[in-house]
Amino acid sequence: VIMAMRIRNSASRGTMMSRQISGLRSMSSWWKNVEPAPKDPILGVTEAFLADPSPDKVNVGVGAYRDDNGKPVVLECVREAERRIAGTSFMEYLPMGGSVKMVDETLKLAYGDNSEFIKDKRIAAVQSLSGTGACRLFADFQKRFRPDSQIYIPVPTWSNHHNIWRDAQVTQKTYHYYHPETKGLDFSGLMDDVKNAPEGSFFLLHACAHNPTGVDPTEEQWREISQLFKAKNHFAFFDMAYQGFASGDPARDAKSIRIFLEDGHHIGISQSYAKNMGLYGQRVGCLSVLCEDEKQAVTVKSQLQQLARPMYSNPPLHGAQIVSTILGDPALKGLWLKEVKVMADRIIGMRTALRESLEKLGSPLSWEHVTKQIGMFCYSGMTPEQVDRLTSEYHIYMTRNGRISMAGVTTGNVGYLANAIHEVTKSS
Amino acid sequence: MKTNDFSSSSSSSPSDRRIGALLRHLTAGTDADRVSSVFASPTSGGAGGSVFAHLVQAPEDAILGVTIAYNKDPSPIKLNLGVGAYRTEEGKPLVLNVVRKAEQQLINDRSRIKEYLPIVGLVEFNKLSAKLILGADSPAIRENRVTTVECLSGTGSLRVGGEFLARHYHQVDMLSLLFFFFQKTIYIPQPTWGNHPKIFTLAGLSVKTYRYYDPSTRGLNFQGLLEDLSAAPQGSIVLLHACAHNPTGVDPTLEQWEQIRKLMRSKGLMPFFDSAYQGFASGSLDTDAKPIRMFVADGGELLVAQSYAKNMGLYGERVGALSIVCKAADVAGRVESQLKLVIRPMYSNPPIHGASIVAVILRDRNLFNEWTLELKAMADRIISMRKQLFEALRARGTPGDWTHIIKQIGMFTFTGLNPAQVSYMTKEYHIYMTSDGRISMAGLSSKTVPHLADAIHAVVTKAL
Repeated sequence: VIMAMRIRNSASRGTMMSRQISGLRSMSSWWKNVEPAPKDPILGVTEAFLADPSPDKVNVGVGAYRDDNGKPVVLECVREAERRIAGTSFMEYLPMGGSVKMVDETLKLAYGDNSEFIKDKRIAAVQSLSGTGACRLFADFQKRFRPDSQIYIPVPTWSNHHNIWRDAQVTQKTYHYYHPETKGLDFSGLMDDVKNAPEGSFFLLHACAHNPTGVDPTEEQWREISQLFKAKNHFAFFDMAYQGFASGDPARDAKSIRIFLEDGHHIGISQSYAKNMGLYGQRVGCLSVLCEDEKQAVTVKSQLQQLARPMYSNPPLHGAQIVSTILGDPALKGLWLKEVKVMADRIIGMRTALRESLEKLGSPLSWEHVTKQIGMFCYSGMTPEQVDRLTSEYHIYMTRNGRISMAGVTTGNVGYLANAIHEVTKSS
Repeated sequence: MKTNDFSSSSSSSPSDRRIGALLRHLTAGTDADRVSSVFASPTSGGAGGSVFAHLVQAPEDAILGVTIAYNKDPSPIKLNLGVGAYRTEEGKPLVLNVVRKAEQQLINDRSRIKEYLPIVGLVEFNKLSAKLILGADSPAIRENRVTTVECLSGTGSLRVGGEFLARHYHQVDMLSLLFFFFQKTIYIPQPTWGNHPKIFTLAGLSVKTYRYYDPSTRGLNFQGLLEDLSAAPQGSIVLLHACAHNPTGVDPTLEQWEQIRKLMRSKGLMPFFDSAYQGFASGSLDTDAKPIRMFVADGGELLVAQSYAKNMGLYGERVGALSIVCKAADVAGRVESQLKLVIRPMYSNPPIHGASIVAVILRDRNLFNEWTLELKAMADRIISMRKQLFEALRARGTPGDWTHIIKQIGMFTFTGLNPAQVSYMTKEYHIYMTSDGRISMAGLSSKTVPHLADAIHAVVTKAL
């Protein structure tokens, strides 16, 4: 091989010598083999929506909250925090692990204000680029230190989960989760998969408001899952992107995590402020790993930082400052909790309205799942073909897996949406 | 099948029911008699230890570790010449006036919302960034042959570019198809910023070096550079510091750049520029971008990573851009689509705040002009510190040739001091720098130059 490379090098040098003097290789692009990449299934929906000129168009695609006028919302607590920050920040580099203040407040949300693990400094935690960044850092960390491990991912899940662990080069397996017949949880399928996985497997769990189905285990089911995880020595990695947003109560939405902590698991958590603080574009989140003791937490944190440094050096400041300002001020924190509840309540209200509208239209199908599911998304059960009809005939945009972003539903469009869904599903 | 009856609801506790359910799952299909041997202690905590118990603590980052050590030092005369963040004469961080104005504009605009940016980032920012680095009249821009994506400062731009190259960069001649399996190689200068090798290694590239710095002249080892690039296999990637080489401050002259360009194009080497100091080095945005524009002018392809950390003082906001100049517009389109596949599983889309500030400044003629003046003031202060340090050493009669201090350019000076000398300066004089002898001129002031000069003088005459 080396010989061949030498021959190749000298051959090309010879050929090159005989070419032009200006020095430019007269050949085609280096990139002519680059294929056009497929559009991201989720973000591509909004692109298509924006391009549609119809006045009736409805976007129930991407999971970003909208108020009842269909407008994006900047929370008042965020506006106030930004007012305080503007003109005062020196914009210096954060440490590699991000804002300590922001991370400390964020851990309290997940682990509890009075968590013994926080007191004992057993949590290795770094600021991350929202939930995506936290999952990616963890996946890279898993690859580096447990290279033979795999990650078990629920079916279905947020499509980017597959991309993240694939790019981290961690082998992926799946576990049963959604039950299409009941449009609920396939609990026995899930437990079988957990049982049959090799001991010490890594599992990705959605802490609450499962994306895309909105189907969560009950508290009782979480306890059983936790017990089985104990018996199998599995590692639980929680993706919590909707704390507060699901039920309106952050403590309640963290119940699954608290159960696992009570049961003694050493878990990992990805937290995001994209939805529950409306900080989407600021890219603020946190990755934490519960360790045996303080020493190990310091060690693990140092290794997480080693993964962040060659990716972006240190995380962005502004979003972290907003979070610290809000959570560090009792009045602002109280305001935030109120605003989160308003968002959650509006979505719960829209679920009820959509279900009632469909039932009133005399739909032959059951729409019970619309109000049973929780969080931003409703897994409608519609087929890709039905979704395509919604788009082409009614200018309604959603992902082809039939996932409806309830945040995009308003009192103004719920009737139109129900009617359209009824029309494309009534003969099924 | 008979099992222990944990499942009767009325008499058993929730815990018993859970254990019963667990046992059912574990033993389904097995001999019932073996059930009794399964113990489920109600207090069973974590089975073995942590799955990460085997980890050892990572070493401190060499550069950021300097500031950590500095912060711990109680001495009143301590001096931090480590991290490359600009400081004023008073030793304070500086937020540019134009940045404060941009911030206010953003705050006052209530219609602004903070939704997700597209994967490629803030589009207006991308266009303005490409113009800034390539020139507003760049033929590549006019011909739509450039794709630009917003990334997390210079680091993020290099990483995304590196990952893209690792996946898609192919040698195009027949023989190289045989070596498809081999990792693509990037050549980085010796020395370079400490994070470069880590970035490209994690991106999936093989990293080699080319000679750059000549310790005997404290200048460019141009002959070595040409030899090493000549010997590089066709199609290799070459990392070039656009200006103000970090850590040495040694830049090629324009004539030397032209020779490098000719050589690289004739060998089919792919240029990857790291532009972290545009405007900060000479005080002129266009001058500092000249080497890049020379490569674009010949019609060839290249990558450039831009950072706004230093030249706009936006350090912590992580603002940067990766531009890939392609041969044709349709190629640029496909390249962009593939860049999105690198970005989405890394962080989905980039942060909005810093890029918004940059866009406000670059799009407004007055703010832009004001920025260029503030930029020149920073560059001038650094040039002045170089002169003062040089004069101070000359006044002390410090042995050796210190002209490199005024010949080198940008934020850093490669003093030529060895690790033992650096260590001595830290211990005895409380002066902090990286162990390679690199000092950040931005950390100096007229008041502290004498202290540094004394320290250098002491350490050089001590023969450590």
